[in-house]
Amino acid sequence: MPKIIYVDPDGTRHVVDAPDGTSLMQAAVANGVEGVLGECGGSAMCATCHVYVDPADGGRLPELGADEDEMLDSTASPRTTASRLSCQLTASEDLDGLVVRLPEEQI
Amino acid sequence: MVGAGQAGVQAALSLRHGGFDGAVTVIGDEPELPYQRPPLSKEFLADPGQQPLPLRAERFYDAHDIRLLRGERVVTLDRAAREVHLGSGGRLAFDHLVLALGARNRTLPVPGHDADGVLTLRTLRDAERLRDRLAGATSAVVVGGGFIGLEFASVARARGIPTLLVEAGERTMARAVSPAVSGFLTAGHRRAGVRILLGTTVRRLLARRGRVVGVETDDGRRHPADLVLVAVGAVPNVGLAAGAGLPTADGILVDACLRTPDPRVFAVGDCARYPSPAVGSPVRLESVQNAADHGRCVAETLLRGQPTPYRAVPWFWSDQGELRLQIAGVPTGAERAVLRGDPDAGAFSVFSFVAGRLVAVESVNRPADHLAARRLLADGRPLTPEQAADPSFDLRSHSRSRPEPGPPAVS
Repeated sequence: MPKIIYVDPDGTRHVVDAPDGTSLMQAAVANGVEGVLGECGGSAMCATCHVYVDPADGGRLPELGADEDEMLDSTASPRTTASRLSCQLTASEDLDGLVVRLPEEQI
Repeated sequence: MVGAGQAGVQAALSLRHGGFDGAVTVIGDEPELPYQRPPLSKEFLADPGQQPLPLRAERFYDAHDIRLLRGERVVTLDRAAREVHLGSGGRLAFDHLVLALGARNRTLPVPGHDADGVLTLRTLRDAERLRDRLAGATSAVVVGGGFIGLEFASVARARGIPTLLVEAGERTMARAVSPAVSGFLTAGHRRAGVRILLGTTVRRLLARRGRVVGVETDDGRRHPADLVLVAVGAVPNVGLAAGAGLPTADGILVDACLRTPDPRVFAVGDCARYPSPAVGSPVRLESVQNAADHGRCVAETLLRGQPTPYRAVPWFWSDQGELRLQIAGVPTGAERAVLRGDPDAGAFSVFSFVAGRLVAVESVNRPADHLAARRLLADGRPLTPEQAADPSFDLRSHSRSRPEPGPPAVS
């Protein structure tokens, strides 16, 4: 099962087993990673599952969708080139070991 | 908090995040860990591999010292004693009580409504049952063309199941969207192969040996079905409040700060009817945004020790096959509707105005319009119908600019 490493703003690391096919938002919420909310349930509607993925890892991720791109403009913490919505990222072996940094705020 | 849906759980965790150090108890009548409902009519239904999505992990409640009572019902509210009586026999005392009681599905008052294979959709258990039945269904009838009915119809149709939708009104989603959007949605579902009958009611459900085999509509025609989803709206759960002498009228009546006349008792989410500055009249809304923002607002009031008015702009969404509908504000009752974009291209928004003021925007596959609308409505920044209709007008920049001083734009 792919492992995803979520890193809090204070540096705390949460290593989570993310079953294939679940989103990185779902995996975080189900495992008590509090820095991810996912208030809309994963429909790219609320921008409360904002994460930062190192641009060096960007090639492992799907391209930004139109909905995701728009929603990222309304995140609580600043958007950067590393910003993604974790509900739009699906766990797979390709993402094993991915490091995902969490923002200060989601609301 | 009585109720462990999005509103009750949000109120509890906002209290803890805000530093509240008293006891917090959330009482829910379902056995599961509190979970997300929106996926139940969408991904969860479409994909048998999908697990329910908890609102928070179980350990979260312990970590934040939130006592979660599952599978527990509150049967009586004794305001004088400041206690609730539990179905299991115990009592709980409170200083403040948040009623997050939700709503329950309407039933169809026709013969055969209790036949096997006649289902409804609200809870996780409902969704599991529906998903199981969907796997073996050969034809489906959906009664009701609202959010749930249309979302289910597109899932059923995508699985190749012949699907008929029967709607009593003259258009789909009439309570939630403008006529233009209704028409677009209806046409889209028909193109995808869903049969839709408007202005038609179900006279009876036909059963054989206790199992549903079809429906009979008011024109006397019979339509075969081994799966019938009844999706004809919801009624708020007000019994606990009414039994305690609190005023109700299609919802528990609360003030602008979501308080009942008893200053210790609040009502939030689907069960609350409140005066909304964003809508302009007392409303009761059934949505995730409404529930979560209500929970936050009440927590704020309790944390600050002074009433906090609720001002959030309502928003809603629905995913129906290739159609992504996003709504900001409440579009019903508009005096003027302006189109932006191209329905024929499958991407457009309808901007609704009352007395020249923007009140709502419905967007189909136009997420940028939706987000601009949320910002405009939240800030009260003027937008004229002419600007809304002008494709060269930069809506995004306008919604992000600082409100201009001076007289409002002519409308």
